Amino acid sequence: MHPAFSVILLTTLIGAGQGLFLALYTGESYSVVELLPPQSSQFYALGSAIAVVFLIGGLAASFFHLGHPERAWRSAAMWRTSWLSREVIVLPLVIGLIALYGLAHYLRLDLKIFGVETNVRGDLTLLIGAAGSLATFGLFICTGMIYACIKFLQEWHSPLTVINYILLGTACGFTLATAFAVYGAPDLVNFYGAWAIIITLAALVTRAASLIRNARIRHKSSLRTAIGVRHSKITQKSQGLMGGSFNTREFFHGTPLWFFRSVKWIFLVLVFPVPVALLLAGLLGHSLTLLYTAFVVQYAGLLAERWFFFAQANHPQNLYYQTVG
Amino acid sequence: MSQLALVIDLNVCVGCHACVTSCKEWNTSGTAGYMSDDRPYGEDPTGTFFNRVQTFEIGEYPNTDTVHFPKSCLHCEDPPCVPVCPTGASYKRPEDGIVLVDYDKCIGCKYCSWACPYGVRELDEHQKVMKKCTLCVDRIYDQSLPEAERKPACVMACPTSARLFGDVHDPESEVSIAIRESGGFALMPEWGTHPANHYLPRRKTQITIHKDELVRADNPLKKEGKLPKPDINEPSLDDVTSW
Amino acid sequence: MTVSTKQSGPANENVEVKNTTCYMCACRCGIRVTLRDGEVRYIEGNPDHPLNKGPLNKGVICAKGASGIMKQYSPARLTKPLRRKAGAERGAGEFEEITWDEAFALVEERLRHIRETDPKRFALFTGRDQMQAVTGLFAKQFGTPNYAAHGGFCSVNMAAGMIYTIGGSFWEFGGPDLERAKLFVMIGTAEDHHSNPLKIAISKFKRNGGKFISINPVRTGYSAIADEWVPIKPGTDGALFLALINEIINQGLFDREFLVQYTNAAQLVNMDERSDEFGMLVRTEIPEEEGCFDPQNKLWWDRHTDKAVITHRDGADPRLMGGFQLEDGTPVKPSFQLLVERVKEYTPEWAEGITGIPAGTIRRLAHEMGVTARDQKIELPIAWTDIWGKDHESVTGSPVAFHAMRGLAAHSNGFHTIRALSILMTMLGTIDAPGGFRHKPPFPRPIPPCAKTPDRPEAVKPNSVLDGMPLGWPAEPDDLFVDDNGGPVRIDKAFSWEYPLAVHGLMHNVITNAWRGDPYPIDTLLIFMANMAWNSTMNTVEVRNMLNDKNEDGEFKIPFLIVCDAFQSEMTAFADLVLPDTTYLERHDVMSMLDRPISEYDGPMDSVRIPVVPPKGECKPFQEVLIELGSRLQLPAFVDNNGKRKYRDYPDFITNYETEPGSGIGFLAGWRGKGGEKFMRGEPNPNQWAMYEKNNCIYHYELPKSFQYLRNWNKGYLEWSQRHRLTRYAEPILIHLYSEVLQQFRLAAQGKTIGKQPPPHLRKRIETYFDPLPFYYEPLEAQLSDKHRYPLNALTQRPMAMYHSWDSQNAWLRQIHAHNYLYMSPELGRKGGFDDGDWVWAESMWGKVRCMCRFSEAVEPGTVWTWNAIGKAAGAWNLEPTANEARKGFLLNHLISEELPSGTGGRHMSNSDPVTGQAGWYDVRVRVYKDDDQEPGSLPQFAPVAPVPGEEPRRRPWLAYFAGRRK
Ligand SMILES: Nc1nc2c(c(=O)[nH]1)N[C@H]1C(S)=C(S)[C@@H](COP(=O)(O)OP(=O)(O)OC[C@H]3O[C@@H](n4cnc5c(=O)[nH]c(N)nc54)[C@H](O)[C@@H]3O)O[C@H]1N2
Ligand SMILES: Nc1nc2c(c(=O)[nH]1)N[C@H]1C(S)=C(S)[C@@H](COP(=O)(O)OP(=O)(O)OC[C@H]3O[C@@H](n4cnc5c(=O)[nH]c(N)nc54)[C@H](O)[C@@H]3O)O[C@H]1N2
Ligand code: SF4
Ligand code: SF4
Ligand code: SF4
Ligand code: SF4
Ligand code: SF4
Ligand SMILES: [Mo]
Repeated sequence: MHPAFSVILLTTLIGAGQGLFLALYTGESYSVVELLPPQSSQFYALGSAIAVVFLIGGLAASFFHLGHPERAWRSAAMWRTSWLSREVIVLPLVIGLIALYGLAHYLRLDLKIFGVETNVRGDLTLLIGAAGSLATFGLFICTGMIYACIKFLQEWHSPLTVINYILLGTACGFTLATAFAVYGAPDLVNFYGAWAIIITLAALVTRAASLIRNARIRHKSSLRTAIGVRHSKITQKSQGLMGGSFNTREFFHGTPLWFFRSVKWIFLVLVFPVPVALLLAGLLGHSLTLLYTAFVVQYAGLLAERWFFFAQANHPQNLYYQTVG
Repeated sequence: MSQLALVIDLNVCVGCHACVTSCKEWNTSGTAGYMSDDRPYGEDPTGTFFNRVQTFEIGEYPNTDTVHFPKSCLHCEDPPCVPVCPTGASYKRPEDGIVLVDYDKCIGCKYCSWACPYGVRELDEHQKVMKKCTLCVDRIYDQSLPEAERKPACVMACPTSARLFGDVHDPESEVSIAIRESGGFALMPEWGTHPANHYLPRRKTQITIHKDELVRADNPLKKEGKLPKPDINEPSLDDVTSW
Repeated sequence: MTVSTKQSGPANENVEVKNTTCYMCACRCGIRVTLRDGEVRYIEGNPDHPLNKGPLNKGVICAKGASGIMKQYSPARLTKPLRRKAGAERGAGEFEEITWDEAFALVEERLRHIRETDPKRFALFTGRDQMQAVTGLFAKQFGTPNYAAHGGFCSVNMAAGMIYTIGGSFWEFGGPDLERAKLFVMIGTAEDHHSNPLKIAISKFKRNGGKFISINPVRTGYSAIADEWVPIKPGTDGALFLALINEIINQGLFDREFLVQYTNAAQLVNMDERSDEFGMLVRTEIPEEEGCFDPQNKLWWDRHTDKAVITHRDGADPRLMGGFQLEDGTPVKPSFQLLVERVKEYTPEWAEGITGIPAGTIRRLAHEMGVTARDQKIELPIAWTDIWGKDHESVTGSPVAFHAMRGLAAHSNGFHTIRALSILMTMLGTIDAPGGFRHKPPFPRPIPPCAKTPDRPEAVKPNSVLDGMPLGWPAEPDDLFVDDNGGPVRIDKAFSWEYPLAVHGLMHNVITNAWRGDPYPIDTLLIFMANMAWNSTMNTVEVRNMLNDKNEDGEFKIPFLIVCDAFQSEMTAFADLVLPDTTYLERHDVMSMLDRPISEYDGPMDSVRIPVVPPKGECKPFQEVLIELGSRLQLPAFVDNNGKRKYRDYPDFITNYETEPGSGIGFLAGWRGKGGEKFMRGEPNPNQWAMYEKNNCIYHYELPKSFQYLRNWNKGYLEWSQRHRLTRYAEPILIHLYSEVLQQFRLAAQGKTIGKQPPPHLRKRIETYFDPLPFYYEPLEAQLSDKHRYPLNALTQRPMAMYHSWDSQNAWLRQIHAHNYLYMSPELGRKGGFDDGDWVWAESMWGKVRCMCRFSEAVEPGTVWTWNAIGKAAGAWNLEPTANEARKGFLLNHLISEELPSGTGGRHMSNSDPVTGQAGWYDVRVRVYKDDDQEPGSLPQFAPVAPVPGEEPRRRPWLAYFAGRRK
């Protein structure tokens, strides 16, 4: 597939935003059961704001992908069948919930304003956060399923796609949270850092699994099934057009093999070992710069990962568009 | 329920592209608006088409077959492109099975094109909406056309009549009969899309000549006294005297 | 999307529907044009037109026809008369616009002077036009012999080879009856003149279960759907046909009855080598009326009486084989016997070595043809009478049909190859019979047809009409158009001893000859609808130089060059004066009986074009230009006795012109007579155009069934055609298995005749190539090539979706073919160390081009090929200079020479068939090797030309055609 920059941005930005929010909420939940010290409202509020910025950034990027952004509202219509539609519904919901979560922290609201008394500190934010987390997972699933549900894009058609979206987004969000925590919640730096490393390593496992899986895929479609001729030697002589078409632009990454291969190694290095090393070094050395670098590197790596994710997917339609002649 | 479709006879398609340009011609000034072309007079000209004719070579010299292969939306009975569309712009008409895009609803997200294994949807780069073969829905029901012309533009155009049009759910229709009797097949059956459009395979006619057909009683050489006769000096049983 | 069911309905828009005739190619299908608010909305095949009736659908069209809109609204259209800027080089394309008045004044003055002094200094040559009857008339009236259309570089071998043999030909004059055939053999055809009808017919044929064999070095297009592909080495089909004839004779699979009755197979040939009549058919003493026909005074050797008898004597049964002696001692043989002797050594094994087709396959093909023809005879219950008065209860035919085109014609051995094919068809009895080859009226013609050129230079006189036709059909050496030394009179040397039967002229040599001043310099060259600076010329780079070359005095070698075109082509860039023509949707045209009508097997049919939109800008139909010039120059056909202009305009001319005053024969055959009650012949009818318009722009007369077959000797038909003045004599047209016409030229070359004889340096050539029976020789260029260095044959083919260079400016079609590749066997890449898609050099002894290669398993390994005329010169056709056509596309013509290597029995011999002057496009030998630097870009390149005044500006980043609501 042709990796569209808008979609790469969309998925990576919202992934980071979602991950950051999950980190925030995990921190808060832990603090409720007193596994972690409680943090200031400002920390959550600002953190949520950052998450929202990421998510809105992603949303904005997605508009560049649309031919008719002014009609984007229509895309909520088919939630019964379309993962894209579902994503379109869940994404604003996630943004809304996270914003609400942040706002509730900022205004230090609790359930009392609804006349409900609990003795849980931050009961309202916990509730909103729970809803937000659910929605966030929902969004991960929607995003992942957009790709995973297309069965003939065999590289994508796997639970690993969804799992990778979740783990990669979360890893990135936790890395960001680690750096962010240095400011407002130094107590949580190690916690976030540890989780960031764990999730990153988990993501490495699942992403590697999908790479291995994809390397072994036997594509179900071939020229034989594409044109219905049973013969072992079929070659296209002409795709019927010479100057390119939507079908030759949208479904091919159009880069040389060496580039394609290097991107894989680049992302494997940038998303996994380097951030882990930087995180470790940052945690041990108490270096904010290293922690931020860890995030930046990982995010950059994820851009490459996403590029590769698209580029690697082999659309059966390409069987029909191989030769200019 | 009917399911309208095209049946394309690869046995007679000569790859002339008549169906390609007549489709473009019909649709570009149709109700749904133009089909744009970029760099029409420049480098790498490109544009929106609903139908393309491709060419494949099969086998090795001298046993080579050249196959011309026209392809437009197959109007799948279970079209994966439809459920994925977030806006409902892509839809399949229950009454005749035609898969259409509503240009007024489409947001140009391209998702449906990803969900079509056949590469027949094309985003119009200027109208910014997804387009594809409409099965000439604006011709086939047009009461102002004579009945015989209520067929898709490409079907009307095709000089070899390689393109048949009709209801594949009606077992008595021309298309159903063709599919049944000429071994019609669907593309990429592995995906369960159940394309409504079918293709008819190449069929080869051979002539077999038996030895005894070559030499016949009325051989005209007889009249010239020239019927092939062995030379008088060639060996014969006469030379053997052991009986 | 709101689905309107009223797209073309008149209800909601200003919609009009008009019929006319397509001219996106030479096929001339009927079209129906829908206009919305005056703009072309849709062009479709006219369902009521006989040429468009597909097996299931009616109203078919092709890719080009359906892209007519993009031709009509192309930004490459010329819209104003243009004059080359003073001082600008030819080819630079620098022009200033002038008015039509200025243009006419300029041309009138120039032509008047030429006509008053030496009319042959004006030459008029035309490309793929369909109005040769008008252009030819103009030339004749002007008094110049220097006129021809594209036929000489196109397929004259096909026309001449078959017309000199069976009196008709493939091309527009006849074709295969695929309705009834069971076996169809297509040879060397990619996309034909009869484009859609052939597609229609092939598919019907296949659906009916017939077997379709394609003999072609390449398998594309029609050949793709052949049941059997027989790859052949280019230029060797003659060997194949002769071997097939050999096998058919050996097996006795020929149609004896047919040969005896309808051909000269049984006629006796004088075998007395000392006689001046050697090789001529023996004639009886019976004096015969002289005329343009074969007198019936030849002899047979009767089997029953063992004596020579006059042919077609009742009860006689002639021998086809053997040798006999006439009473006066003259040794004679039936011409068939000579054929038998000729093909004796042409065995399948021999042919295998030449054609690359296994001997076993050749035998099988011969058997399939012979047995199918013999055992599956078609008998139609149609009673008819032959010209000898014998009644037949039925029409019989053999269901074996052939079709061939330029794969045979465009080789310098094509004439004999095509003679061999005609004879093969004749042996199977498939001439104008059901299931075989069928004529289209006005064919068959006498062999050869009657029209003749003048035969001496004095026929060209100042201020006079040419005394004869500019093109004709020599029947003997005395018909040649030569001077007292046997030198050519025409600029292209047609009808001279160099190319005696050059019945369509040699357009491919005109520029070179005029440039060299050989045989003489000319003053004004008018090119209409031909791209002679590019794809229809050979040796393109040099020819472009010649067009711009000057004498020492600074005057151009070809002093004045007028080009009439509808588009800014490579050619228009070289013009001194450009005349902008209309498109086919803007003008009246006729597809006339005097030229190439669109007749069907069942009867004559002609057709017209009627404008559906007004001319763009100042475009003017070329016919109007000719009539205007003819009137100004007071050419007799265009003015009355007082020298006053006779015709208001072209439609008026078509209505009222008669070949001779009161002849009743004009351009259109339909609705003649005052009220339109007559056809073929009758007084002018003032409402003729309207009647055509009402009838789908065609006139079709269906002959009575009994006149539809075997027309070479069908009494009813011949008399009908005599009555309707299709022909002067109702005499049988026996098939010339043995060609006396050729033998006469040979006798002249041997010095055995008293008439014209070839100059010494051509005697050998004439003697060799004017063989009365077909023989195989290697194409001339191959004979003269170092085949070790140039091991490959290079060919072009026509793509179905492009017409020569016409469609370069077509936004839709150029998306299908934007540039071209050189197709070749992967074997060549393996040996040459290059890959599919690499840049390679293709080099002939004449030059080289850099292009991209594409491997293909569908090509004979000794052959490389590419699509014809896809490559373009930068900036032509108002394409951007970076357009793929110019940057990646290439033209094979750079590798092909218009002349043979020197030292071949002559100075400057054309690269052409020695009999007909047919251009040997497909004889070129090449080698292919890898380009080392792999820099993208084809070579050679030419300096880009800019748009000319009157063209739309080039900035058009995108296009959305939407008729009636132009975006
Ligand atoms: N679409 C389209 N239609 C056209 C035209 C066009 O430009 N475009 N041009 C029109 C004109 S002007 C003409 S003259 C006709 C020509 O119509 P065709 O005669 O069909 O023209 P070509 O494309 O020259 O085809 C020549 C074929 O002969 C094969 N060939 C070459 N050499 C040999 C040989 O030695 N032996 C055999 N057996 N085959 C050989 C080539 O592979 C090719 O397939 O088409 C007309 N129709
Ligand atoms: N290498 C190679 N070269 C070949 C051949 C080949 O097979 N191989 N084939 C040869 C053959 S068979 C032929 S017939 C020739 C064809 O050669 P040409 O007859 O020269 O054909 P084109 O170059 O396509 O067209 C000539 C011009 O007609 C113009 N034209 C189109 N429509 C109109 C109109 O309505 N009015 C006017 N006035 N002009 C118009 C076009 O713009 C173009 O400039 O090419 C020959 N050249
Ligand atoms: S062919 Fe593609 S676009 Fe057409 S219905 Fe099937 S899946 Fe959808
Ligand atoms: S591009 Fe249009 S039709 Fe396709 S999925 Fe998106 S909204 Fe639906
Ligand atoms: S049915 Fe109509 S829209 Fe579809 S390919 Fe044919 S002409 Fe085009
Ligand atoms: S119009 Fe008919 S013959 Fe031509 S490419 Fe299309 S399907 Fe094939
Ligand atoms: S074959 Fe095509 S281009 Fe030629 S006349 Fe017919 S419709 Fe027009
Ligand atoms: Mo031609």
